[in-house]
Amino acid sequence: MSLTTATAPPPAGPESRHRPARRSRLEPPNRWAGLLTLGWLVVVAVPLLVMISWALQSRDAYLAEGPLAPPRAITADNLVTVFDSGFLQFFVNTAVVTVACVGLTLIVSVPAAYAIVRSPSRIVALGFRGFLLGLAIPAQATIIPIYLMIVRMGLYDTLGAIILPTTAFSLPLAVLVLASALRDVPREQYEAMTLDGASAWRMMFSLVVPMSLGSVITVGVYTALTAWNGFLFPLILTQSEDQRVLTLGLWSFQSEFGVNVPGLMTAVLLSALPVFVAYLFARRWLIAGLAGMGGK
Amino acid sequence: MSEGALDRTTRPGLWYAVPAMVFFGLFALVPLVFVVVLSFTHWNGLGDPQAAGLDNWQRIAADPTVLDSLRITVVLGVVCWLVQTPLSLLLGVWAAGHQRNRAVLSAVFFLPLLLSGAAVAIAWRSLLDPNFGLASVLGPLVGIPDGNLLGSGTSALMVIVVIVAWQFVPFHTLLYQAAARRIPQQLYEAARMDGANRLHQFRHITLPQLRNTIITSSLLMVVGSLTYFETILIVTDGGPGRATEVLPFRMYEAGFRSYEMGYGAAIASALVLIGTLLSLVMVRFSGFSKMRSTLEGL
Repeated sequence: MSLTTATAPPPAGPESRHRPARRSRLEPPNRWAGLLTLGWLVVVAVPLLVMISWALQSRDAYLAEGPLAPPRAITADNLVTVFDSGFLQFFVNTAVVTVACVGLTLIVSVPAAYAIVRSPSRIVALGFRGFLLGLAIPAQATIIPIYLMIVRMGLYDTLGAIILPTTAFSLPLAVLVLASALRDVPREQYEAMTLDGASAWRMMFSLVVPMSLGSVITVGVYTALTAWNGFLFPLILTQSEDQRVLTLGLWSFQSEFGVNVPGLMTAVLLSALPVFVAYLFARRWLIAGLAGMGGK
Repeated sequence: MSEGALDRTTRPGLWYAVPAMVFFGLFALVPLVFVVVLSFTHWNGLGDPQAAGLDNWQRIAADPTVLDSLRITVVLGVVCWLVQTPLSLLLGVWAAGHQRNRAVLSAVFFLPLLLSGAAVAIAWRSLLDPNFGLASVLGPLVGIPDGNLLGSGTSALMVIVVIVAWQFVPFHTLLYQAAARRIPQQLYEAARMDGANRLHQFRHITLPQLRNTIITSSLLMVVGSLTYFETILIVTDGGPGRATEVLPFRMYEAGFRSYEMGYGAAIASALVLIGTLLSLVMVRFSGFSKMRSTLEGL
């Protein structure tokens, strides 16, 4: 995961413009790239700005003013509406699911990656193939049997019903990313620890985890994002309002709020608030976690 | 055990991998096999599945709505790929360089990626409301004066393409950005010495160097296009008519709205089959060893 961020400028690309000393006469400013970028910026920014603008105005102003009018008077009424509709419960449920998924994923994937890289066992190698296969399994295709299994386990309509399959589907990538990080640990380190008489278990905590900490955080962030934004498993495996997560909560608000679009937009933006905060503070890990989905 | 003979270091045992393997096997691999088993049963979601032989499969073959969903899935996948790939490739290559304001722009670019699919779909549905949304502004621009962009099958499908692109172009841009940053600068410098202009550099250096990333990104897009579900459920609910019913949606409808779980499982099995075939064809087509190196380069 060697993703450079804004804080560490990468080597200049081919269309780099700010190297006056080395810019050759053959390279006029790259207008086309600039235009395309600006175009896409408009496509991305306008819907986001409209969402924010709607969230800040009252329902009546929204109905009267037209879609592109900036808010005349900023109101916090929408927050009240959203919190009166059970938003907090959905928020807490989502947080519980997310924390549990991240915890479970890391607890099982770190030892698994360690074994895949270090264990001489054939079965482990076979298991690795299984995880690779898992990258291509669409969750939709397995939802009917998962529904049957969850019902039979007596877990239907509990948060556990969401946590178990969500964790399972985040494992392939977690194991792959961690295993590729552990392959970079030089063998001398293991040899040195062996001479010290360390057990495999101790090596995991004093060598494997510290050496792959960046990837552990990346996997944690990616899993958190997947769990926080998950829709399919909660949709099929839960039912009652007190087990509802944010994504389903938003969907129920859509019919509940009717023309109160400002209220709905407030809920949409609030549901992503923790992710936005994480983006501000841990942009590097978040980007690395996202990029990890497709391999660097 | 070949290398174990020479290597005297302490190694972890098999059991370190067991919890992850059991977990993943139980909730991902077992259901994958189980869905095929269920496709040979009748089951209404309650009680026990009843053996049904080839009933569901014969029904699929004769069911025009399933064949239609297959066609819609393919069209959507192809159009999404055509829209997203050039956009994310160019944006990614651009974002890999550095010029003024690039960091700020990149930060804005990736914002849609942070929202859940459900949030994006809900926001867009409000944005597209013909009475109060942006649709009244956008509609006339694309030849739909009344702004009812979700009114006809074709335009509803295009709306889905736009939403998918809005949501996922940032992700693929990230992939291309990361890959473009790893292209050795010497290649460009040498090309400039030879007097190659920027277009030449792009064609003869950037594109070949990004080959593996193009494969990875396309594979993710194609497999991903088999899973567009919540966007369609929330924005169009498969409509107008059945115009946006992709395979996963048709499966959801059969299993969880008509309570024909066996039939839903048969559609899901078809989905797995198509997904596997697509992955295999793409991996073959692009050279297996190349694909492996892409995967191992995680």
